[in-house]
Amino acid sequence: MPGTLTGVGAEGRITLAHGGGGSAMRSLIDEVFLSAFTSGPLTVQEDQARLDLTTLAKAGDRLAFTTDAFVVEPLEFPGGNIGTLAVCGTVNDLAVGGATPVALSAAFVLAEGLELAVLRRVVEAMARSAALAGVRIVTGDTKVVPRHACDGLFVTTSGVGVIRPEHTISIAAGQPGDVVLVNGTLGDHGAAILCARGDLALQTHLQSDCAPLNTLVDTLLRAVPDVHCMRDATRGGVAGVLSELAEASNVLVTVNEAALPVHPEVEGVCEILGLDPLFLANEGKLVAVVPACRAKHALATMQSHPLGRNAAIIGTLQTSSSGQGAVHIVNEFGGARVLTMPSGEQLPRIC
Amino acid sequence: MQFVKEFRNPHLAEALLAQISLVAERIGRTRKNPVTVMEVCGGHTHTIFRYGLDRRLPANIEFAHGPGCPVCVLPKGRIEDAITIAHRPGVILTTFGDAMRVPGGSGSLLQARAAGADVRMVYSPLDALALARANPARQVVFFALGFETTAPSTALTVLRANAENISNFSILCQHITIIPTLRALLEQPDFTVDGFIGPGHVSMVIGTEPYAFIAQDFKRPLVVAGFEPLDILQSLLMVLLQIEAGDARVENQYARVVAPQGNPAAMAAIARVYEVREACEWRGLGQIAGSGLQLRAEWSRFDAEKRFAVLPHHLADQEQCRCGDVLTGRIKPPQCQAFGRTCSPDHPSGALMVSSEGACAAYYEYHGVGEAA
Repeated sequence: MPGTLTGVGAEGRITLAHGGGGSAMRSLIDEVFLSAFTSGPLTVQEDQARLDLTTLAKAGDRLAFTTDAFVVEPLEFPGGNIGTLAVCGTVNDLAVGGATPVALSAAFVLAEGLELAVLRRVVEAMARSAALAGVRIVTGDTKVVPRHACDGLFVTTSGVGVIRPEHTISIAAGQPGDVVLVNGTLGDHGAAILCARGDLALQTHLQSDCAPLNTLVDTLLRAVPDVHCMRDATRGGVAGVLSELAEASNVLVTVNEAALPVHPEVEGVCEILGLDPLFLANEGKLVAVVPACRAKHALATMQSHPLGRNAAIIGTLQTSSSGQGAVHIVNEFGGARVLTMPSGEQLPRIC
Repeated sequence: MQFVKEFRNPHLAEALLAQISLVAERIGRTRKNPVTVMEVCGGHTHTIFRYGLDRRLPANIEFAHGPGCPVCVLPKGRIEDAITIAHRPGVILTTFGDAMRVPGGSGSLLQARAAGADVRMVYSPLDALALARANPARQVVFFALGFETTAPSTALTVLRANAENISNFSILCQHITIIPTLRALLEQPDFTVDGFIGPGHVSMVIGTEPYAFIAQDFKRPLVVAGFEPLDILQSLLMVLLQIEAGDARVENQYARVVAPQGNPAAMAAIARVYEVREACEWRGLGQIAGSGLQLRAEWSRFDAEKRFAVLPHHLADQEQCRCGDVLTGRIKPPQCQAFGRTCSPDHPSGALMVSSEGACAAYYEYHGVGEAA
């Protein structure tokens, strides 16, 4: 309940006391975190979360475990905030391995001076995303650092999930002849963040695509259990995933540029800035590689799910004649280019 | 994406390519040597490689890739000047995104930022001015570069800073002009280019008249072109038709954007704020007389070189890089011994590898794709 948190002063800001181990910290944990992340009576506050092994063992034969640190400027953007990212990112990293997400941890580094209202919105977004994904946030930690030691708020989430015995998804399992799919438009998150920073003065309706993909993945895997490879296409975009796929599976990935689904506004932002949507970040998009005979079924299955309505077949895997993995982009003019990853971020061009 | 997608229509491209083939065939009946057409602008170079247009041309038609990529021709010494200023206490140095990666002698502006300098990317010089307003205790410097395309916005920003009497703003001016460089190329005795695809954005500002000497004195056709694949193909066709007819005229394919008289307001801003530099260095080409702009004495209080008393750095180009030969159409990028070996987009040692609009970077990125084509 807002207002019951102690130590925030009249302006409602986080102070160093909220990380000091005393009553202000206790109050922050109770009033902000526990009230959002637990339902019903507060759970026992031990130093660790305890997961029942018997239940886990019934759900699969391998445990999946992943971690991710989240930093984003601005903290809140159309379509979500850093909290949405922190839950969806880790859920998606579990899901694309074929794992059913079970539990998450969340660690926060807060800057002194952070508005309490922002923190509450972030935490509420985490709770909503976790509920959407059907996963619990079971343990966490908070530190407060001096004003200039951190940009507002950093979140680290880790997650565990269980993999069913029938799935052996791997980035190295792509076979010549396989077909590459994506579940929707490319670069929505990256473009939305660029515009949300406000220094472009571009008026758009772009929203981050941030979403937990585990129900989409579950639907896909029940329809097509022999998906060979799957990755969520976050930093580095779909291009990054395709490069890793080509290298790990040692295949030639041929992408049909005309088939890439791109939102018209993202296309416009990219035109103006000289960026390529293939390289822009996504937070609710995955690349799936399936045997050719399953491609149509996989596509139809994805398209039947709300997070896969704009799914598309974007390319194929072939034997690499050079013996080395590579990605080729074929355009409508019949020309082809080699996809090379930039060493860092794409930078907007001058004119 | 209206007015963009239409100019990427593959069916119309095929029709243009068919016409280009017919003209090329007719030209080939009376001429042994291939026809070389130089696209001046880096944006055109990028489109040509992006869509693989160079590979769709008849055997006797070739593109030569010109010097019109402002980031590529940015000399190393000038990057050092910017880095020197960026490291001065209290300075916020701002510039366009793709200039931040260009290596100088001691590294790039991105590396200077990692080393502690306050270097920030802006999308417009007005953003830099806004930073100056918001940080009155800091010195905000805009590293201004580009052709006549970007020179007017820098000029208008200087005028705005003057009107608002903003004293903590200055520019490091590296604006350059294309006409003296085209003349210098044409005056080289072994310059074999037969015609030009003229820059679109520069012409939007300067109009088509400044190119008249190319037709009159050097008897080469020039067609000002837009940036989409159909623009390039149509412009190439127009150049070839002139060559076939023995004509040398300036034509404007990009009439939807470029007015013959250019943009008088932009030209007036340029004339008011800048004067011609005696000589300006171009990476890969060396010193070219009258090819640079500097602030007029009247605006010297906004001149970062004067404010920070920076002695200009002069650093030689990599000797093994043959950027000049690529720029003048003498060789193709892979014929340079540094290409792909000591010079690549991640570690550019030559000018043309620096930006995605440089001929070598475009070649590196888009070529060598035999098996997928």
